[in-house]
Amino acid sequence: MDEYMLILRHQDGKKIASPEQMQIWMKQTMDWIGGIAAQGKFVEGNGLPFEDSKVVWHQGVVTDGPFGEIKETIGGYMVVKAGSVEEAVEFAKGCPVLQGDGNSVEVRKVAKGDGTH
Amino acid sequence: MQHPELIPHLFRTEYRKIVAVLCKRFGFDEMETAEDITSDTFMLAVQVWGLKGVPPNPIAWLYTVAKNKAKNFLHRQAVFINKVTPATAGENNATLPEYEIDLSPQNINDSQLQMMFALCHPAISPEAQIGLSLRILCGFGIEEIADAFLTNKETINKRLFRAKEKLREEKILIELPGISEIDERLKSVLATIYLLFSEGYYSISHNTTLRKELCMEAMRLCYMLVENKHTNKPPVNALLSLMCFQSSRFEARVNEQGEPVLYDEQDTSLWDADLISRGSYFLHCSATGNQLSKYHLEAAIAYWSTQKNDTREKWENVLQLYNRLLQIEYSPIAALNRTFALSKANGKPDAIVEAEKLNLTGNHFYYTLLGVLYTGIDNVKARLHFEKALSLAKTDGDRVIIRKKVDLLTGKTV
Repeated sequence: MDEYMLILRHQDGKKIASPEQMQIWMKQTMDWIGGIAAQGKFVEGNGLPFEDSKVVWHQGVVTDGPFGEIKETIGGYMVVKAGSVEEAVEFAKGCPVLQGDGNSVEVRKVAKGDGTH
Repeated sequence: MQHPELIPHLFRTEYRKIVAVLCKRFGFDEMETAEDITSDTFMLAVQVWGLKGVPPNPIAWLYTVAKNKAKNFLHRQAVFINKVTPATAGENNATLPEYEIDLSPQNINDSQLQMMFALCHPAISPEAQIGLSLRILCGFGIEEIADAFLTNKETINKRLFRAKEKLREEKILIELPGISEIDERLKSVLATIYLLFSEGYYSISHNTTLRKELCMEAMRLCYMLVENKHTNKPPVNALLSLMCFQSSRFEARVNEQGEPVLYDEQDTSLWDADLISRGSYFLHCSATGNQLSKYHLEAAIAYWSTQKNDTREKWENVLQLYNRLLQIEYSPIAALNRTFALSKANGKPDAIVEAEKLNLTGNHFYYTLLGVLYTGIDNVKARLHFEKALSLAKTDGDRVIIRKKVDLLTGKTV
Protein backbone atom coordinates (compact mmCIF):
# COMPACT_ATOMS: atom_id res chain seq x y z
CA MET A 1 0.00 0.00 0.00
CA ASP A 2 1.45 3.34 -1.09
CA GLU A 3 0.55 6.86 -0.12
CA TYR A 4 -0.65 9.35 -2.69
CA MET A 5 -1.18 13.06 -2.35
CA LEU A 6 -4.25 14.55 -3.96
CA ILE A 7 -3.62 18.22 -4.70
CA LEU A 8 -6.80 20.22 -5.17
CA ARG A 9 -6.44 23.03 -7.72
CA HIS A 10 -8.92 25.81 -8.37
CA GLN A 11 -9.02 27.72 -11.62
CA ASP A 12 -9.70 31.01 -9.92
CA GLY A 13 -9.30 31.37 -6.19
CA LYS A 14 -10.72 34.88 -6.13
CA LYS A 15 -14.24 33.88 -7.11
CA ILE A 16 -16.62 34.45 -4.25
CA ALA A 17 -19.32 31.84 -3.75
CA SER A 18 -22.57 32.41 -1.87
CA PRO A 19 -22.72 31.20 1.74
CA GLU A 20 -25.36 28.63 0.71
CA GLN A 21 -23.10 27.30 -2.04
CA MET A 22 -20.17 27.23 0.39
CA GLN A 23 -22.31 25.22 2.81
CA ILE A 24 -23.10 22.65 0.13
CA TRP A 25 -19.46 22.32 -0.92
CA MET A 26 -18.42 21.98 2.68
CA LYS A 27 -20.81 19.09 3.24
CA GLN A 28 -19.83 17.42 -0.02
CA THR A 29 -16.17 17.72 0.90
CA MET A 30 -16.75 16.33 4.40
CA ASP A 31 -18.76 13.41 2.97
CA TRP A 32 -16.09 12.76 0.35
CA ILE A 33 -13.32 12.67 2.96
CA GLY A 34 -15.52 10.62 5.33
CA GLY A 35 -16.08 8.07 2.57
CA ILE A 36 -12.35 7.60 2.10
CA ALA A 37 -11.78 7.49 5.86
CA ALA A 38 -14.55 4.85 6.15
CA GLN A 39 -12.41 2.60 3.94
CA GLY A 40 -9.48 3.13 6.27
CA LYS A 41 -7.59 4.91 3.48
CA PHE A 42 -7.37 8.47 4.84
CA VAL A 43 -3.94 9.56 6.08
CA GLU A 44 -4.16 13.32 6.45
CA GLY A 45 -5.43 16.39 4.73
CA ASN A 46 -6.18 20.05 5.12
CA GLY A 47 -7.39 23.15 3.42
CA LEU A 48 -5.00 25.96 2.51
CA PRO A 49 -6.71 29.30 3.21
CA PHE A 50 -5.85 32.25 1.02
CA GLU A 51 -5.32 34.65 3.92
CA ASP A 52 -1.74 35.26 4.99
CA SER A 53 -0.31 33.68 1.88
CA LYS A 54 2.90 34.87 0.28
CA VAL A 55 5.15 33.74 -2.49
CA VAL A 56 8.89 33.93 -2.04
CA TRP A 57 10.83 34.32 -5.30
CA HIS A 58 14.39 34.13 -6.44
CA GLN A 59 16.68 36.55 -4.60
CA GLY A 60 14.29 37.00 -1.71
CA VAL A 61 11.52 38.81 -3.53
CA VAL A 62 8.24 38.35 -1.64
CA THR A 63 4.81 38.93 -3.18
CA ASP A 64 1.30 38.64 -1.81
CA GLY A 65 -0.64 35.44 -2.26
CA PRO A 66 -0.26 32.73 -4.81
CA PHE A 67 -2.49 34.71 -7.20
CA GLY A 68 -1.50 37.55 -9.47
CA GLU A 69 -0.50 36.18 -12.82
CA ILE A 70 -0.97 32.61 -11.67
CA LYS A 71 -4.34 31.35 -12.80
CA GLU A 72 -4.51 28.23 -10.67
CA THR A 73 -4.37 28.10 -6.90
CA ILE A 74 -4.06 25.16 -4.55
CA GLY A 75 -7.06 25.01 -2.22
CA GLY A 76 -6.09 21.98 -0.20
CA TYR A 77 -4.50 18.58 -0.19
CA MET A 78 -5.15 15.11 1.09
CA VAL A 79 -2.93 12.10 1.54
CA VAL A 80 -4.57 8.71 0.98
CA LYS A 81 -3.49 5.10 1.11
CA ALA A 82 -4.00 3.23 -2.14
CA GLY A 83 -2.86 -0.03 -3.71
CA SER A 84 -2.24 1.63 -7.06
CA VAL A 85 -2.35 5.02 -8.72
CA GLU A 86 -5.63 3.90 -10.35
CA GLU A 87 -7.21 3.45 -6.92
CA ALA A 88 -5.98 6.89 -5.87
CA VAL A 89 -7.48 8.32 -9.08
CA GLU A 90 -10.83 6.75 -8.14
CA PHE A 91 -10.68 8.59 -4.82
CA ALA A 92 -9.81 11.83 -6.60
CA LYS A 93 -12.77 11.49 -8.97
CA GLY A 94 -15.15 11.95 -6.05
CA CYS A 95 -13.66 15.31 -5.10
CA PRO A 96 -16.34 18.07 -5.15
CA VAL A 97 -13.74 20.57 -6.45
CA LEU A 98 -14.07 18.84 -9.82
CA GLN A 99 -17.60 20.25 -10.20
CA GLY A 100 -15.94 23.54 -11.15
CA ASP A 101 -14.93 23.87 -14.79
CA GLY A 102 -11.16 24.08 -15.12
CA ASN A 103 -10.50 22.76 -11.63
CA SER A 104 -8.33 19.70 -11.17
CA VAL A 105 -6.99 17.21 -8.70
CA GLU A 106 -3.38 16.22 -9.20
CA VAL A 107 -2.49 12.73 -7.96
CA ARG A 108 1.12 12.28 -6.86
CA LYS A 109 2.80 9.36 -5.19
CA VAL A 110 4.48 10.25 -1.89
CA ALA A 111 8.11 9.12 -1.69
CA LYS A 112 8.54 6.59 1.08
CA GLY A 113 11.68 8.18 2.45
CA ASP A 114 13.46 4.81 2.44
CA GLY A 115 15.68 5.70 -0.49
CA THR A 116 13.69 3.62 -2.97
CA HIS A 117 11.06 6.18 -3.96
CA MET B 1 -24.39 -13.18 61.17
CA GLN B 2 -27.08 -10.48 61.09
CA HIS B 3 -26.08 -8.96 57.76
CA PRO B 4 -25.19 -11.64 55.26
CA GLU B 5 -24.69 -9.03 52.51
CA LEU B 6 -22.53 -6.69 54.61
CA ILE B 7 -19.16 -8.33 54.01
CA PRO B 8 -19.53 -8.65 50.23
CA HIS B 9 -20.61 -5.01 50.19
CA LEU B 10 -17.64 -3.88 52.26
CA PHE B 11 -15.35 -6.07 50.22
CA ARG B 12 -16.55 -4.30 47.10
CA THR B 13 -16.07 -0.78 48.51
CA GLU B 14 -13.12 -1.16 50.92
CA TYR B 15 -10.84 -3.83 49.45
CA ARG B 16 -9.69 -1.53 46.65
CA LYS B 17 -9.04 1.37 49.02
CA ILE B 18 -6.92 -0.65 51.44
CA VAL B 19 -5.03 -2.48 48.72
CA ALA B 20 -4.20 0.76 46.88
CA VAL B 21 -2.87 2.43 50.03
CA LEU B 22 -0.79 -0.60 51.05
CA CYS B 23 0.51 -1.17 47.55
CA LYS B 24 1.53 2.48 47.27
CA ARG B 25 3.21 2.22 50.68
CA PHE B 26 5.05 -1.07 49.95
CA GLY B 27 5.79 -0.59 46.25
CA PHE B 28 5.23 -3.14 43.47
CA ASP B 29 7.94 -5.41 44.94
CA GLU B 30 5.53 -6.26 47.74
CA MET B 31 2.32 -6.03 45.75
CA GLU B 32 1.31 -9.59 46.62
CA THR B 33 1.88 -8.85 50.31
CA ALA B 34 -0.46 -5.87 50.04
CA GLU B 35 -3.11 -8.08 48.46
CA ASP B 36 -2.58 -10.86 51.03
CA ILE B 37 -2.85 -8.48 54.00
CA THR B 38 -6.05 -7.01 52.60
CA SER B 39 -7.58 -10.43 51.91
CA ASP B 40 -6.52 -11.68 55.37
CA THR B 41 -8.23 -8.68 56.95
CA PHE B 42 -11.52 -9.65 55.33
CA MET B 43 -11.04 -13.32 56.26
CA LEU B 44 -10.55 -12.28 59.87
CA ALA B 45 -13.66 -10.08 59.69
CA VAL B 46 -15.73 -13.06 58.52
CA GLN B 47 -14.48 -15.16 61.45
CA VAL B 48 -14.58 -12.58 64.23
CA TRP B 49 -17.83 -10.86 63.20
CA GLY B 50 -19.44 -14.26 62.79
CA LEU B 51 -18.61 -15.13 66.39
CA LYS B 52 -18.87 -11.80 68.16
CA GLY B 53 -21.24 -9.87 65.94
CA VAL B 54 -20.55 -6.94 63.66
CA PRO B 55 -18.62 -4.11 65.36
CA PRO B 56 -20.31 -0.66 65.60
CA ASN B 57 -18.03 0.78 62.93
CA PRO B 58 -17.11 -2.07 60.58
CA ILE B 59 -15.00 0.08 58.23
CA ALA B 60 -12.89 1.47 61.09
CA TRP B 61 -12.44 -2.11 62.31
CA LEU B 62 -11.18 -3.21 58.89
CA TYR B 63 -8.79 -0.26 58.65
CA THR B 64 -7.36 -0.89 62.13
CA VAL B 65 -6.76 -4.56 61.44
CA ALA B 66 -5.22 -3.84 58.04
CA LYS B 67 -3.00 -1.14 59.56
CA ASN B 68 -1.76 -3.47 62.30
CA LYS B 69 -1.03 -6.25 59.86
CA ALA B 70 0.81 -3.82 57.59
CA LYS B 71 2.82 -2.40 60.50
CA ASN B 72 3.79 -5.91 61.59
CA PHE B 73 4.95 -6.66 58.09
CA LEU B 74 7.02 -3.46 57.84
CA HIS B 75 8.47 -4.13 61.26
CA ARG B 76 9.46 -7.69 60.38
CA GLN B 77 10.93 -6.47 57.12
CA ALA B 78 13.00 -3.81 58.95
CA VAL B 79 14.27 -6.33 61.48
CA PHE B 80 15.25 -8.63 58.67
CA ILE B 81 17.09 -5.86 56.82
CA ASN B 82 18.88 -4.80 60.00
CA LYS B 83 20.14 -8.31 60.56
CA VAL B 84 21.18 -8.87 56.99
CA THR B 85 22.87 -5.50 56.66
CA PRO B 86 24.15 -4.72 60.16
CA ALA B 87 26.55 -2.09 58.80
CA THR B 88 23.76 0.41 58.36
CA ALA B 89 21.97 -0.64 61.51
CA GLY B 90 24.12 1.50 63.80
CA GLU B 91 23.47 4.74 61.97
CA ASN B 92 19.83 5.08 61.01
CA ASN B 93 17.94 2.32 62.61
CA ALA B 94 19.19 2.25 66.19
CA THR B 95 15.56 2.33 67.19
CA LEU B 96 12.95 1.03 64.83
CA PRO B 97 10.71 3.82 63.54
CA GLU B 98 6.91 3.84 63.88
CA TYR B 99 5.26 2.70 60.70
CA GLU B 100 2.23 4.77 60.03
CA ILE B 101 -0.29 3.57 57.49
CA ASP B 102 -2.36 6.49 56.27
CA LEU B 103 -5.92 5.40 55.49
CA SER B 104 -7.32 8.92 55.39
CA PRO B 105 -9.80 9.68 52.56
CA GLN B 106 -7.22 11.98 50.98
CA ASN B 107 -4.49 9.37 50.90
CA ILE B 108 -6.90 6.66 49.74
CA ASN B 109 -7.89 8.86 46.83
CA ASP B 110 -4.31 9.84 45.97
CA SER B 111 -3.13 6.24 46.15
CA GLN B 112 -5.94 5.04 43.89
CA LEU B 113 -5.21 7.72 41.29
CA GLN B 114 -1.49 7.00 41.37
CA MET B 115 -2.18 3.29 41.03
CA MET B 116 -4.42 4.01 38.05
CA PHE B 117 -1.55 5.68 36.20
CA ALA B 118 0.93 2.99 37.22
CA LEU B 119 -1.30 0.06 36.18
CA CYS B 120 -2.21 1.72 32.89
CA HIS B 121 1.42 2.31 31.99
CA PRO B 122 1.98 1.90 28.23
CA ALA B 123 4.55 -0.83 28.98
CA ILE B 124 1.74 -3.14 30.15
CA SER B 125 -0.44 -4.86 27.54
CA PRO B 126 -4.01 -3.50 27.33
CA GLU B 127 -5.66 -6.73 28.46
CA ALA B 128 -3.32 -6.99 31.43
CA GLN B 129 -4.06 -3.33 32.26
CA ILE B 130 -7.75 -4.15 32.40
CA GLY B 131 -7.20 -7.27 34.47
CA LEU B 132 -4.99 -5.46 36.96
CA SER B 133 -7.36 -2.50 37.12
CA LEU B 134 -10.32 -4.77 37.84
CA ARG B 135 -8.37 -6.53 40.58
CA ILE B 136 -6.60 -3.62 42.26
CA LEU B 137 -8.73 -0.56 41.44
CA CYS B 138 -12.15 -2.21 41.42
CA GLY B 139 -11.64 -5.05 43.91
CA PHE B 140 -12.98 -7.75 41.58
CA GLY B 141 -12.29 -11.37 42.46
CA ILE B 142 -10.31 -13.56 40.06
CA GLU B 143 -13.47 -15.52 39.27
CA GLU B 144 -15.41 -12.37 38.34
CA ILE B 145 -12.59 -11.21 36.08
CA ALA B 146 -12.53 -14.64 34.44
CA ASP B 147 -16.32 -14.39 33.95
CA ALA B 148 -16.05 -10.97 32.41
CA PHE B 149 -13.46 -12.20 29.90
CA LEU B 150 -15.29 -15.52 29.36
CA THR B 151 -12.21 -17.46 30.39
CA ASN B 152 -11.03 -19.47 33.40
CA LYS B 153 -9.30 -18.51 36.66
CA GLU B 154 -5.97 -20.07 35.67
CA THR B 155 -5.72 -17.88 32.58
CA ILE B 156 -6.48 -14.74 34.58
CA ASN B 157 -4.06 -15.71 37.34
CA LYS B 158 -1.28 -16.24 34.81
CA ARG B 159 -2.10 -12.98 33.05
CA LEU B 160 -2.02 -11.00 36.30
CA PHE B 161 1.15 -12.73 37.43
CA ARG B 162 2.96 -11.78 34.23
CA ALA B 163 1.63 -8.23 34.40
CA LYS B 164 2.93 -7.81 37.95
CA GLU B 165 6.34 -9.11 36.90
CA LYS B 166 6.33 -6.55 34.12
CA LEU B 167 5.50 -3.73 36.57
CA ARG B 168 8.60 -4.72 38.57
CA GLU B 169 10.86 -5.26 35.57
CA GLU B 170 9.98 -1.87 34.14
CA LYS B 171 10.44 -0.31 37.58
CA ILE B 172 7.18 1.55 37.19
CA LEU B 173 6.65 4.09 39.95
CA ILE B 174 3.36 4.55 41.76
CA GLU B 175 2.94 8.27 41.28
CA LEU B 176 1.10 10.82 39.19
CA PRO B 177 3.04 11.77 36.06
CA GLY B 178 4.46 15.27 35.87
CA ILE B 179 2.38 18.10 34.41
CA SER B 180 4.18 17.92 31.04
CA GLU B 181 3.63 14.19 30.75
CA ILE B 182 0.07 14.00 31.96
CA ASP B 183 -1.76 14.37 28.64
CA GLU B 184 0.25 11.60 27.05
CA ARG B 185 -0.15 9.21 29.99
CA LEU B 186 -3.85 10.04 30.30
CA LYS B 187 -4.35 8.62 26.80
CA SER B 188 -3.48 5.17 27.99
CA VAL B 189 -5.53 5.51 31.20
CA LEU B 190 -8.57 6.66 29.21
CA ALA B 191 -8.09 3.85 26.69
CA THR B 192 -8.20 1.32 29.54
CA ILE B 193 -11.29 2.89 31.11
CA TYR B 194 -12.98 2.89 27.71
CA LEU B 195 -12.10 -0.78 27.14
CA LEU B 196 -13.41 -1.63 30.59
CA PHE B 197 -16.66 0.12 29.79
CA SER B 198 -16.98 -1.53 26.37
CA GLU B 199 -16.30 -4.91 27.93
CA GLY B 200 -19.38 -4.34 30.07
CA TYR B 201 -21.52 -2.62 27.47
CA TYR B 202 -20.90 -4.81 24.44
CA SER B 203 -19.60 -8.09 25.86
CA ILE B 204 -21.39 -11.29 24.93
CA SER B 205 -21.44 -12.49 28.54
CA HIS B 206 -24.99 -13.18 29.72
CA ASN B 207 -24.26 -12.01 33.24
CA THR B 208 -26.09 -8.67 33.06
CA THR B 209 -25.36 -7.70 36.66
CA LEU B 210 -21.65 -8.19 36.15
CA ARG B 211 -21.71 -6.31 32.86
CA LYS B 212 -23.45 -3.38 34.46
CA GLU B 213 -20.92 -3.36 37.27
CA LEU B 214 -18.08 -3.17 34.74
CA CYS B 215 -19.72 -0.09 33.23
CA MET B 216 -20.25 1.50 36.62
CA GLU B 217 -16.65 0.85 37.64
CA ALA B 218 -15.35 2.41 34.43
CA MET B 219 -17.46 5.49 35.15
CA ARG B 220 -16.30 5.62 38.75
CA LEU B 221 -12.63 5.54 37.72
CA CYS B 222 -13.23 8.27 35.14
CA TYR B 223 -15.07 10.33 37.74
CA MET B 224 -12.00 10.13 40.01
CA LEU B 225 -9.97 11.70 37.21
CA VAL B 226 -12.56 14.47 36.79
CA GLU B 227 -12.43 15.22 40.50
CA ASN B 228 -8.67 15.74 40.55
CA LYS B 229 -7.55 19.13 39.27
CA HIS B 230 -4.44 17.75 37.53
CA THR B 231 -6.37 15.14 35.58
CA ASN B 232 -9.62 17.02 34.98
CA LYS B 233 -8.94 17.48 31.25
CA PRO B 234 -11.36 17.91 28.33
CA PRO B 235 -10.97 14.34 26.96
CA VAL B 236 -11.63 12.92 30.45
CA ASN B 237 -14.92 14.84 30.63
CA ALA B 238 -15.75 13.76 27.09
CA LEU B 239 -15.22 10.09 27.93
CA LEU B 240 -17.34 10.38 31.06
CA SER B 241 -20.05 12.09 29.03
CA LEU B 242 -19.92 9.30 26.44
CA MET B 243 -20.28 6.63 29.13
CA CYS B 244 -23.20 8.45 30.80
CA PHE B 245 -25.08 8.72 27.49
CA GLN B 246 -24.43 5.10 26.54
CA SER B 247 -25.32 3.59 29.90
CA SER B 248 -28.58 5.58 30.02
CA ARG B 249 -30.00 2.90 27.70
CA PHE B 250 -28.75 -0.05 29.72
CA GLU B 251 -32.19 -1.12 30.97
CA ALA B 252 -33.89 -0.62 27.63
CA ARG B 253 -31.44 -2.68 25.58
CA VAL B 254 -32.54 -6.09 26.83
CA ASN B 255 -36.10 -7.40 27.26
CA GLU B 256 -37.40 -9.61 30.06
CA GLN B 257 -36.39 -12.73 28.13
CA GLY B 258 -32.81 -11.45 28.01
CA GLU B 259 -33.00 -10.78 24.26
CA PRO B 260 -31.50 -7.62 22.80
CA VAL B 261 -33.97 -4.88 21.87
CA LEU B 262 -33.24 -2.84 18.74
CA TYR B 263 -32.71 0.88 19.26
CA ASP B 264 -35.82 1.77 17.25
CA GLU B 265 -37.95 -0.52 19.37
CA GLN B 266 -36.62 0.55 22.77
CA ASP B 267 -39.05 1.85 25.36
CA THR B 268 -37.72 5.37 25.91
CA SER B 269 -39.36 5.53 29.33
CA LEU B 270 -36.67 3.04 30.39
CA TRP B 271 -33.91 5.44 29.36
CA ASP B 272 -32.25 6.94 32.41
CA ALA B 273 -32.97 10.68 32.23
CA ASP B 274 -30.60 11.39 35.10
CA LEU B 275 -27.65 9.80 33.29
CA ILE B 276 -28.57 11.67 30.10
CA SER B 277 -28.49 15.01 31.90
CA ARG B 278 -25.18 14.12 33.54
CA GLY B 279 -23.87 13.20 30.12
CA SER B 280 -24.89 16.62 28.83
CA TYR B 281 -23.21 18.28 31.79
CA PHE B 282 -19.86 16.53 31.22
CA LEU B 283 -20.09 17.11 27.47
CA HIS B 284 -20.44 20.79 28.27
CA CYS B 285 -17.40 20.58 30.61
CA SER B 286 -15.39 18.88 27.86
CA ALA B 287 -15.87 21.79 25.49
CA THR B 288 -12.83 23.77 26.62
CA GLY B 289 -9.35 24.05 25.18
CA ASN B 290 -8.51 23.31 21.57
CA GLN B 291 -8.18 19.56 21.74
CA LEU B 292 -10.75 17.51 19.84
CA SER B 293 -10.35 13.91 20.96
CA LYS B 294 -12.16 10.89 19.61
CA TYR B 295 -14.03 10.85 22.91
CA HIS B 296 -15.48 14.29 22.12
CA LEU B 297 -16.79 13.03 18.80
CA GLU B 298 -18.11 9.79 20.24
CA ALA B 299 -19.79 11.64 23.11
CA ALA B 300 -21.46 14.00 20.65
CA ILE B 301 -22.67 11.00 18.60
CA ALA B 302 -23.92 9.37 21.81
CA TYR B 303 -25.74 12.61 22.63
CA TRP B 304 -27.66 12.37 19.34
CA SER B 305 -28.53 8.77 20.18
CA THR B 306 -30.41 10.07 23.21
CA GLN B 307 -32.63 12.02 20.79
CA LYS B 308 -35.05 9.41 19.53
CA ASN B 309 -36.67 11.55 16.82
CA ASP B 310 -35.48 10.81 13.30
CA THR B 311 -34.78 14.37 12.20
CA ARG B 312 -32.66 15.40 9.26
CA GLU B 313 -30.65 17.63 11.62
CA LYS B 314 -29.85 14.65 13.83
CA TRP B 315 -28.55 12.46 11.02
CA GLU B 316 -26.62 15.22 9.28
CA ASN B 317 -24.86 15.94 12.57
CA VAL B 318 -24.19 12.27 13.26
CA LEU B 319 -22.82 11.81 9.73
CA GLN B 320 -20.41 14.73 10.07
CA LEU B 321 -19.28 13.52 13.50
CA TYR B 322 -18.53 10.07 12.06
CA ASN B 323 -16.74 11.69 9.10
CA ARG B 324 -14.40 13.38 11.57
CA LEU B 325 -14.11 10.42 13.91
CA LEU B 326 -12.96 8.18 11.07
CA GLN B 327 -10.26 10.69 10.16
CA ILE B 328 -8.91 10.50 13.73
CA GLU B 329 -9.27 6.75 14.09
CA TYR B 330 -10.62 4.19 11.64
CA SER B 331 -12.61 1.26 12.95
CA PRO B 332 -14.94 -1.08 11.03
CA ILE B 333 -17.84 -0.38 13.38
CA ALA B 334 -17.47 3.40 12.95
CA ALA B 335 -17.31 2.90 9.16
CA LEU B 336 -20.56 0.89 9.25
CA ASN B 337 -22.31 3.38 11.51
CA ARG B 338 -21.14 6.24 9.33
CA THR B 339 -22.67 4.56 6.30
CA PHE B 340 -25.96 4.05 8.14
CA ALA B 341 -25.99 7.76 9.07
CA LEU B 342 -25.22 8.56 5.41
CA SER B 343 -28.32 6.63 4.33
CA LYS B 344 -30.43 8.67 6.75
CA ALA B 345 -28.88 12.00 5.73
CA ASN B 346 -28.26 11.53 1.99
CA GLY B 347 -30.56 8.64 1.10
CA LYS B 348 -30.15 4.91 0.59
CA PRO B 349 -28.84 4.94 -3.02
CA ASP B 350 -25.81 7.04 -1.99
CA ALA B 351 -25.23 4.86 1.04
CA ILE B 352 -25.35 1.62 -0.97
CA VAL B 353 -22.57 2.87 -3.25
CA GLU B 354 -20.46 3.81 -0.24
CA ALA B 355 -21.28 0.61 1.66
CA GLU B 356 -20.11 -1.57 -1.20
CA LYS B 357 -16.72 0.12 -1.09
CA LEU B 358 -16.23 -0.82 2.58
CA ASN B 359 -15.52 -4.42 1.69
CA LEU B 360 -15.85 -5.71 5.25
CA THR B 361 -16.63 -9.26 4.14
CA GLY B 362 -16.44 -11.60 7.09
CA ASN B 363 -18.24 -9.10 9.32
CA HIS B 364 -21.90 -9.96 9.90
CA PHE B 365 -22.71 -6.32 10.77
CA TYR B 366 -21.57 -5.41 7.25
CA TYR B 367 -24.12 -7.75 5.65
CA THR B 368 -26.78 -6.66 8.12
CA LEU B 369 -26.17 -3.05 7.05
CA LEU B 370 -26.34 -3.98 3.34
CA GLY B 371 -29.58 -5.85 4.04
CA VAL B 372 -31.04 -2.81 5.76
CA LEU B 373 -29.95 -0.49 2.94
CA TYR B 374 -31.41 -2.73 0.22
CA THR B 375 -34.67 -3.18 2.12
CA GLY B 376 -37.36 -1.41 0.10
CA ILE B 377 -34.98 -0.89 -2.82
CA ASP B 378 -34.23 -4.46 -3.82
CA ASN B 379 -35.72 -6.90 -1.34
CA VAL B 380 -34.24 -9.95 -3.03
CA LYS B 381 -30.74 -8.57 -2.53
CA ALA B 382 -31.68 -7.49 0.98
CA ARG B 383 -32.69 -11.05 1.86
CA LEU B 384 -29.45 -12.48 0.43
CA HIS B 385 -27.43 -10.08 2.55
CA PHE B 386 -29.39 -10.93 5.70
CA GLU B 387 -28.85 -14.64 5.03
CA LYS B 388 -25.13 -14.06 4.67
CA ALA B 389 -25.21 -12.08 7.93
CA LEU B 390 -27.01 -14.94 9.69
CA SER B 391 -24.38 -17.41 8.54
CA LEU B 392 -21.61 -15.18 9.94
CA ALA B 393 -23.29 -14.11 13.22
CA LYS B 394 -21.54 -15.43 16.30
CA THR B 395 -24.09 -14.98 19.08
CA ASP B 396 -27.76 -15.81 19.59
CA GLY B 397 -28.41 -12.15 20.36
CA ASP B 398 -27.08 -11.08 16.95
CA ARG B 399 -29.09 -13.80 15.20
CA VAL B 400 -32.27 -12.61 16.94
CA ILE B 401 -31.64 -9.06 15.68
CA ILE B 402 -31.04 -10.20 12.10
CA ARG B 403 -34.15 -12.43 12.06
CA LYS B 404 -36.24 -9.49 13.23
CA LYS B 405 -35.02 -7.51 10.24
CA VAL B 406 -35.84 -10.38 7.89
CA ASP B 407 -39.36 -10.49 9.38
CA LEU B 408 -39.68 -6.80 8.70
CA LEU B 409 -38.65 -7.47 5.12
CA THR B 410 -41.24 -10.20 4.51
CA GLY B 411 -43.86 -7.97 6.14
CA LYS B 412 -43.08 -5.36 3.51
CA THR B 413 -42.95 -7.61 0.45
CA VAL B 414 -46.31 -9.26 1.13
